[in-house]
Amino acid sequence: MQAAPPPNVFESVATTGQEEFTLDTAAELAAEEGATQIQGKSPWVLAGRRLRRNYVALAFLGVFLLVVVCCLLAPVYVSQVSHIPQNDVRTGAVVVVSGKKVNVISQGGTKIVNGQPVIKFGGVPIGSQWGAAGGKYILGADELGRDVATRLLYGGRNSLFIGITSAAICTILSVVLALVSAYFGGIVDWIISRFFDLIWAFPVVLLGIALGTALSVNGFHHGPINISSGSLWIPIGVISFVFIPYIGRPLRGQVLALRNREFIEAATAQGAGPVRIMFSELLPNVASSVLVLFTLIVANSILTEVGLSFLGAGVQLPNPSWGTMIQEGSRLLSTAPQISLFPGIAIALTVLSLNVFGDGLRDALDPRAKIRIEHG
Amino acid sequence: MVAYIIRRIFGMLLVLLAVSFIVYFIFIVIPGGDPAQRIAGKVATQANILAIRQKLGLDRSFIVQWYDLVKALFTAKLVSYSNQTNVVGQIKQGLPATFSLAIGAGIIWFGFGVLVGTISAVTAGRISDRAITALALIGISMPVAWLGLILRFFLAGDGGSGVSWFPDGSYVPLTSNPAQWFYHLILPWFTLAVLFIGFYGRVLRSNILDTINEDFVRTAKAKGLSTHRILVKHVLRASLIPIVTLFGLDFASVLGGGAIITETVYNLHGVGWYAAQSIQSEDLPPLMGVTLFGAMFIVVFSLLVDIAYAYLDPRIRLS
Repeated sequence: MQAAPPPNVFESVATTGQEEFTLDTAAELAAEEGATQIQGKSPWVLAGRRLRRNYVALAFLGVFLLVVVCCLLAPVYVSQVSHIPQNDVRTGAVVVVSGKKVNVISQGGTKIVNGQPVIKFGGVPIGSQWGAAGGKYILGADELGRDVATRLLYGGRNSLFIGITSAAICTILSVVLALVSAYFGGIVDWIISRFFDLIWAFPVVLLGIALGTALSVNGFHHGPINISSGSLWIPIGVISFVFIPYIGRPLRGQVLALRNREFIEAATAQGAGPVRIMFSELLPNVASSVLVLFTLIVANSILTEVGLSFLGAGVQLPNPSWGTMIQEGSRLLSTAPQISLFPGIAIALTVLSLNVFGDGLRDALDPRAKIRIEHG
Repeated sequence: MVAYIIRRIFGMLLVLLAVSFIVYFIFIVIPGGDPAQRIAGKVATQANILAIRQKLGLDRSFIVQWYDLVKALFTAKLVSYSNQTNVVGQIKQGLPATFSLAIGAGIIWFGFGVLVGTISAVTAGRISDRAITALALIGISMPVAWLGLILRFFLAGDGGSGVSWFPDGSYVPLTSNPAQWFYHLILPWFTLAVLFIGFYGRVLRSNILDTINEDFVRTAKAKGLSTHRILVKHVLRASLIPIVTLFGLDFASVLGGGAIITETVYNLHGVGWYAAQSIQSEDLPPLMGVTLFGAMFIVVFSLLVDIAYAYLDPRIRLS
């Protein structure tokens, strides 16, 4: 960070946005905020203060939390509003819309219009009712007469659970690997780095479906771990595995840069062991990056779950998830677009809110964190 | 330089060896149980299972099995469980569609990514920058499967929306009808490119903003060079290096069948589509072949990227 950027051709740039955030140590923050204001405050408090001023990021955090709360309230929605459980198949059912009886799945037939017979195709699920059916089918039905809104909420629970849990597992594993790798160096570092390189060498979605499919043949039964083939823990395991190098690699670089600093030497001189140095000396120094990377990995995990489930290698039916809903609806796009449309909007909103919040968090904590994404 | 390249090629072969071990592990070890029984199906006789076990060499040791798998791949003898078609032949058949998709989409996403990132950085803080940033964030937040389906529904074929500006999926070979080839690929190209445009634009924007504060840019300004020349010859050249790395890996991934979702949504019979077809039947050899194939592309391209890197950035010493 230059104290005063020299006037240059990009003057308008130099005074806006970006580089005022390229500081992340307490000393640098002090230079920016004035010594009296930040006296005795930790970098975390200062970062929190920066984040509180970023209203866009906070608003999107609110959106994300709202999505989470809505999905958690899915059982309440079923008992109070829709009265149709998530996997309740109602192909032959009839629902009352504004006083008239309507088939949930339309029946085919012919009728005479102006003397010409017109064929009406059957099997079309009822569209979005927006409350006209008394809380039933607010967003319409799918091809089996299940309530799209109910499944959207339950699917959201699964998608969010998979996204957050796999991101957490992935982050913990890669943090430990990065710390061990950079702290011990030598052969340990070589092995762990080559392991990162290896996973990195696979296209994410391909590795994901390869693992997902191989695991859903029989489930996973090795040693003490027993996972049946339809379990949510399969996509969780797969997603947390494929993203390990995406966090592990940048973190290893950061820890490596800290490894030879004086404070580590001081800790060693005090007799601190490897575990203590890794977790109470090195980890706090990369914690802000970890937090930022975690937010962005949650967003990517949710998108990856959608991709895997869409291809049939993620959440297994009849369990709903946003990805399986998009897949189920893809066959009926022309007659019942609601089945795919709403989960897609829900995903885009959730992931967008995480990305915007993650950006704000990065600006406040660690402007240099970058992550490569790929889920095409 | 030659010594470096030779060393890297040697390292690359080691990585490919390890990759094939991982693929073997994923498909033979993880599923557990008896692979012969799995292949034979649920109503197989004992003799049937024994025959399969012997034919595929499943009764032999780990190393021999792995060696046979690699040999089968390289001699193009790997066949699918479900319909006995040749995996290598099927991958070859998918190459034209996959390469067409990858090359077109790659040009679009690299071009637009650089354009969008540059505009955004040069006008940082202004309305155009904010609009681009917002659009880029939306672009990277949409699931590809959904975006593809929605575009197909609203713009292509006769999806029921009444608009049919584009043909509804499927691939027309370039050699049979170039105009139709192009026409059929426009939507898939853009669907695949949207995510990358947003991402590259954002990365490039922050790279440019970092670079313009470097000393060499100040020197260039002091020499009296024009703004345009500084931007193109000095700032952009330095800022593009990380983008080239990203592009090499992403492009390799798509070339190697990584665009499975796009290929599936638009019914392009490429390598990724082939992999997706075998998921439902739990047919492992095609997945095995495509996974190895995809990894091979990434490994080869990351070598090419590193060489390009050394050429583009004189600060990097090959070691």
